[in-house]
Amino acid sequence: MTAFWSGLRTGAVLAGALALSAAAPAFAQSTLTVVMHSGLRVLDPVITTAHITRDNAFMIFDTLVAIDENFVVQPQMASWEISDDNLTYTFTLRDGLKWHDGGDVTPADCIASIKRWMVKDGGGQMIADRLASLEATGDKSFALTLTEPFPYTLPAMAKPSALALFMMPERIASTPADTAITELIGSGPYKFMADEFQPGVKVVYEKFEDYVPAEGPTSWFSGAKVVKTDRVEWVTMPDAQTAINALQNGEIDYMESVPVDLLPIVESMDGISSDKLNPLGSVTIGRMNFLYPPFDNPKIRQAAMMAMSQEDTLTALIGNPDFFQVCGAIAGCGTPYAFEDGSDTLTSGGDIEGAKALLEEAGYDGTPIVLMQPTDVVTLTAQPIVAAQKLRDAGFTVDMQPMDWQTLVGRRASQTAPADGGWNMFFTNWVVTEVSNPLANIMLNGRGNQAWFGWPDDPVIEGLLGEFAAASDLETQQAVAKEIQAHVMENVNYIHLGQYFAPSAWSDKLTGVSKAPFPLLWGIEKAE
Amino acid sequence: MLYFIRRVLAAIPVMLVVAVFVFLLLRLTPGDPAAIIAGDMATPEQLERIRESLGLNETLLVQFTTWFGGILQGDFGTSLISSTPVIDLVADRMWPTIWLALITITLSVVIAVPMGVLAAWRHGSWIDHLVMTFSVLGFSIPVFVIGYLLIKVFALDLKLLPVQGYKAPSQDFAGFALRSVLPAFTLASIYIALIARMTRASLLDVLGEDYVRTARAKGLKERRVLYRHALRNAAIPVLTVIGTGFALLISGVVVTESVFNIPGLGRLTVDSIFARDYPVIQALILLTSGVYVLVNLLIDLSYSILDPRIRY
Repeated sequence: MTAFWSGLRTGAVLAGALALSAAAPAFAQSTLTVVMHSGLRVLDPVITTAHITRDNAFMIFDTLVAIDENFVVQPQMASWEISDDNLTYTFTLRDGLKWHDGGDVTPADCIASIKRWMVKDGGGQMIADRLASLEATGDKSFALTLTEPFPYTLPAMAKPSALALFMMPERIASTPADTAITELIGSGPYKFMADEFQPGVKVVYEKFEDYVPAEGPTSWFSGAKVVKTDRVEWVTMPDAQTAINALQNGEIDYMESVPVDLLPIVESMDGISSDKLNPLGSVTIGRMNFLYPPFDNPKIRQAAMMAMSQEDTLTALIGNPDFFQVCGAIAGCGTPYAFEDGSDTLTSGGDIEGAKALLEEAGYDGTPIVLMQPTDVVTLTAQPIVAAQKLRDAGFTVDMQPMDWQTLVGRRASQTAPADGGWNMFFTNWVVTEVSNPLANIMLNGRGNQAWFGWPDDPVIEGLLGEFAAASDLETQQAVAKEIQAHVMENVNYIHLGQYFAPSAWSDKLTGVSKAPFPLLWGIEKAE
Repeated sequence: MLYFIRRVLAAIPVMLVVAVFVFLLLRLTPGDPAAIIAGDMATPEQLERIRESLGLNETLLVQFTTWFGGILQGDFGTSLISSTPVIDLVADRMWPTIWLALITITLSVVIAVPMGVLAAWRHGSWIDHLVMTFSVLGFSIPVFVIGYLLIKVFALDLKLLPVQGYKAPSQDFAGFALRSVLPAFTLASIYIALIARMTRASLLDVLGEDYVRTARAKGLKERRVLYRHALRNAAIPVLTVIGTGFALLISGVVVTESVFNIPGLGRLTVDSIFARDYPVIQALILLTSGVYVLVNLLIDLSYSILDPRIRY
């Protein structure tokens, strides 16, 4: 009710407000005003994989370890030592770490945070499956002991996406993993201003004066996070044109994602820069339902993939070839595990005649394919339209059903038959850091009903993922990753439709804008 | 007074029907708030646990009883998505909408009524044609086009006004006033067209009535005929349009709120629907229904003030 009464008072104190506004605070604070890719509504970075929630968490929380731009794990809040038998990881917290409420960061806080994360994250669950103990070993150290060597332990703890491992005070991290936390107290570079938070509208952060940056150069999420503005405001703008107008008028400083079709307007504006800041971008994919005909038949899945063309899909989706890349690697081009084996037809425009022949050989009986088409997400509208035409060209019967994304999200969880409200195929996008490591790529899970939507029962890929998890050096991991790539192309666990990038735009008043998979706002300085 | 109490009491079953209807309609709509919260990587078990924690696994009857019982105690629940109390969320977003509606309606009435009166009074003249042309344009041009045009001219080219945003008047009155100009004029363009047209039509009807002719025959001045006899009788349909227009504005104007980035009820409604945030949608629809009931009641009561022959 507080907001209601404060609003009511507004009317009564209107005249006084005039005087108040005239006597506005005189001290100068540097404020960075940013329009992110969407509005923040869910605060808990453990309960959701939403990117905006993760981005918010990176402002407030810090991570134990982090990857740099070469995908190498680096110390962040803690350094580590690994025992000779590769079973025990001992983490030591660096000096001066404090929570935003003034308390010291302790091993107990970190242990509680790791335990909560392990319940939800795929990588965390793999660690949990091998966990012998997780306990404090000193005032600033704790040890994670495994039952068997698991080289993915550190990469899983350092990955920036879905779900990143953020450290929280023990009293907050003790919240059950399926219950959302509502208090955001971190030890990161910015404090979350809860009083100013308006879900879906505005998020405000203030510099955490007691933050002690890690040592070393800033590289993606690792190294020193040196805060250069006193205050950061995220303002949600549902209309991209409004955000561009606001950028031109100096009302905002930074726009994370500019629609490619509006980029020429931004490029023509004085005092505004734009660039592809996320060097890896996103991948777009098509997923089939393995439980029902016709896609329970691998030959028919192969025929569908053979009909697809990355270039046609990406042209319809993005248009400007500067912002997409035909790339056959399921791990995303530019990453350590990128191989393009088996992607020839996808990257060379598709093979409709080959698809027709394969379809005939497989004995396709004309069963309609229920293809779900989201109509309200710009980055997901084009793919089903192109795919439907390609599939029809190859001889499939396609029943394309338009719906809003949230209906699709609900329906794709249904295992009922396509004709009874289920589905055969849908499309989605991932940021490359979510698919760059085979163990992080949830679409590779081949555990039938336990797998991601589509539910493939694929013991071969499970075996390969096991081999990858056990591989202790990059060379062996890459060899297995190459096999995984080939298997996915042969078995068609999903259809990889290429890579695309979103340009960002910012005022020339800003310096220190850097390239990373998502905005590193702490490094940006603003000239007043 | 008795009539007022009777009307207020009559609103209760209306609101009850709305509550039941909205509750059931939302539950029958496809979509799962748990899937939205959990994101793309959630396993079926995780989704199930989130549903459990949100109470979505309870029977519809239990869910309805819990929700409705809460409302009777002034508790509209908590947003499934942002975990914020619904009453705070709605109250927070209500004020930008209320201010915008008040300014828009005031602006519209102040401009449109004289325009309509002038057009009717000078029926068939160039003034009449001008007003009617404006009315047709106001109706025909989509509101976002008007919004973008005003932004282009007054914000980007002339640099007189901000492009977007909202400031609470208690915190920054000047900022509030400056940011209200463009959205209010954008929305007012429709309402000016509507009210001016309605005023003109209604006044033309009245000006043809016998009592107006009698007043003129008595030798009354034209201004007195207009103000004393015609306008008051022509006001009832105009007032109806203003009232329903105000209710419409309060229930949210999504396009204008998006173009000018105003965090009002329209955007909250759309966001909540896309996110299947049941408690928020339910509260917003109840609020909208309540506003319509109240505005209609006030319109009815105003009839008897304007025309003493009307008695309830």
